[in-house]
Amino acid sequence: MRGGAWLAAAFGCAVAAAPAAANGDPVVVGSKNFRESYILGEALTRLLRGEGFDARHTQGLGGTKVCYDALVAGAIDVYVEYTGTIAEGIKNIDNPTWARLTVALAPDGLEMLPSFGFNNTYALAVSNAVASERGIAKISDLASHPDLRFAVSHEFLDRGDGWPGLRAKYGLPQSPDGIEHSLAYRAIADGAIDGTDAYSTDGELLRYPLTVLEDDLGYFPTYMAVPLVRVDLPPAARAALTRVAATLDDERMRAMNAAAPDDAAVVRVAQEYVARIGGAPGDAVAAGATPRLWARLGANTTRHLVLVLSALAPATIAAVLLAVFIFRVAWLARGAVYVAGLLQTLPSIALLALLIPLFGIGTTPAVIALFLYALLPILRNAVTALAGVDPTLRRVATAMGLKPTEELRLVFVPLAMPAILAGVRTAAVITIGTATLAAFIGAGGLGDPIVTGLSLNDTALILEGAIPAALLAVATELVFEQVERALVPGHLRLHNV
Amino acid sequence: MEAQAAPAVTFRGVGKRFAEWVLRGVDLALPAGRTSALVGPSGCGKTTALQLVNGVYRADEGEVLVLGAPVPQTNVEAFRRGIGYAVQGAGLFPHLTVAQNASLPARLEGWSAAAMVERRRELFAVVGLGAELDDRYPHQISGGQQQRASLCRALMLRPRMLLLDEPFSAIDPITRMDLYRQFEELRDHERVTTVLVTHDMREAMRLADHLVVMGDGGIVQAGAPDDVRAAPATAFVRALLASAA
Repeated sequence: MRGGAWLAAAFGCAVAAAPAAANGDPVVVGSKNFRESYILGEALTRLLRGEGFDARHTQGLGGTKVCYDALVAGAIDVYVEYTGTIAEGIKNIDNPTWARLTVALAPDGLEMLPSFGFNNTYALAVSNAVASERGIAKISDLASHPDLRFAVSHEFLDRGDGWPGLRAKYGLPQSPDGIEHSLAYRAIADGAIDGTDAYSTDGELLRYPLTVLEDDLGYFPTYMAVPLVRVDLPPAARAALTRVAATLDDERMRAMNAAAPDDAAVVRVAQEYVARIGGAPGDAVAAGATPRLWARLGANTTRHLVLVLSALAPATIAAVLLAVFIFRVAWLARGAVYVAGLLQTLPSIALLALLIPLFGIGTTPAVIALFLYALLPILRNAVTALAGVDPTLRRVATAMGLKPTEELRLVFVPLAMPAILAGVRTAAVITIGTATLAAFIGAGGLGDPIVTGLSLNDTALILEGAIPAALLAVATELVFEQVERALVPGHLRLHNV
Repeated sequence: MEAQAAPAVTFRGVGKRFAEWVLRGVDLALPAGRTSALVGPSGCGKTTALQLVNGVYRADEGEVLVLGAPVPQTNVEAFRRGIGYAVQGAGLFPHLTVAQNASLPARLEGWSAAAMVERRRELFAVVGLGAELDDRYPHQISGGQQQRASLCRALMLRPRMLLLDEPFSAIDPITRMDLYRQFEELRDHERVTTVLVTHDMREAMRLADHLVVMGDGGIVQAGAPDDVRAAPATAFVRALLASAA
């Protein structure tokens, strides 16, 4: 079987590669942070590798906007999108047809390749118990059960084709909370909620005792899964990706999702699928992943540290320099602290998404976002401490004939040092936490296992990221205690708790 | 006895304004090689006058001459390093040891470590500060010791002039008597022209050769302490003298 697949792959490769000799080109495949997207992203990556492309899978990107912007910016070359999402979530097209979508995507330099063949539309699911007790089979039945507790994914809660439209169409009385999608099924199983939004191909629909409610008013649009690609994708890569056309239906996709409870299984399911459609499945190692736990831990932690330090070091220099230049001018100092505070209130995912059109995805935008977040605590502490230096000491320093630079170096900065260090310390711990979110834009680090673990509902994987992150935060505290010991005389040290 | 040499500090029609005028039309001549005291109640402008001498403030009107020359507009730091300065509460830097504090002006001037130590020892010896205090931080020594270290710091570079802004005010009365004596020994050892700002008439009478009584933005009476005592110009001066009796 396996040999046959290799043969087929070799054959397919020979045919596809013949006209275009440049198959060593790098191709980056993106995926969103849910199981199906991981599987299909992994499959497309393997398909492309089988054709000789240097394909890389940047997985677990934080949602539609991140993926789409990354594709437009050229940071990725392909990801799996759904026609309904393009129509409703991205382009705002009523009565979407293939032709209308194609026209709408053209100005962005994107196009859809033929669909996998399954329709992963939204659905509402309630527990079997609730369904049988209350006799609920259709969405319209929900109107007479206002006490049912729903929690739906954040994206579904907000987008026009999600809950708001559904509520209007069916006159639904419930007001759901937002919940991470992969946690919703467990919440239903635990009886914490009665129902949630589901994707019709969710494997959980097979694994949990759930009843999918009939969309009796025909509200949900069609969500055909398509490879969404840049038009400048090499023709040979295009050709390889069209091989997925009509290879799956809802049933099959649901079974694939159900068969992939964890990271390793995602790879296996993707391999099986690629083999079935005549591609080269590749080895059992997830594209870009390290197989051994300790090696993986080391790599993720190192990567995380690099992210944190690349943001923290320049943020410290920038914030302290800025503080030094502005602390004597009260309104300027206040203004700068306000602006830094404003940056701090931007939700990190929103900030990351804003940065994609400018810097693509990956390390650069992640470091920039972390840099911006780290500024506030350092700047505020530095400005406050510099401006708070005893006026008598300032007068003595001036009268003694210290030049402005000497005054800063010998008086202001040493006196403000405990507070500056405390600011850097706070920023460091915040950055270590926030850097886990960088995984949403493919920057890796300890957020990678966390995001994947959340998407696959894999607790071990979540802990693989969360525990080292927590240990890093503790280690940071210890390191800063030593730094303070070295730089600040005992009686001037702040007493941190 | 008034000094006959050229004055160390001359004010000609000096005015200084912040929100309102603090000093107005001040004419002043402080003798070289002597100790002058600017004495008066708080708010009379005496501290402002002191900081016009070392160029921390600039006069809005009139002219300030120090040793016959106007306060320079450029490289004022070098000018200030030629004038020692000590304040109420000593103003030692809390992050530096006693020795580092006292040596700081010499460090700015790039003195060798040996020269700094020698000079510091010399000054510390005059005021009775032992070497065991060198490595302590200011909060680890007494207020009187802090003020002595501060005076030594002010004199580190052998300045032509010493400006003192209420240096003895925050000191308990018994220690203050010791400090007066140590200050006088230091002053005589260094032979430095001194300008002392104080609100304490008794202190002014004790330490100064030349008195300048200030009130409400101007000079009320100036002269040798005995002359002022013998012939107070106004009821205000008489009241001040009574407080020192």
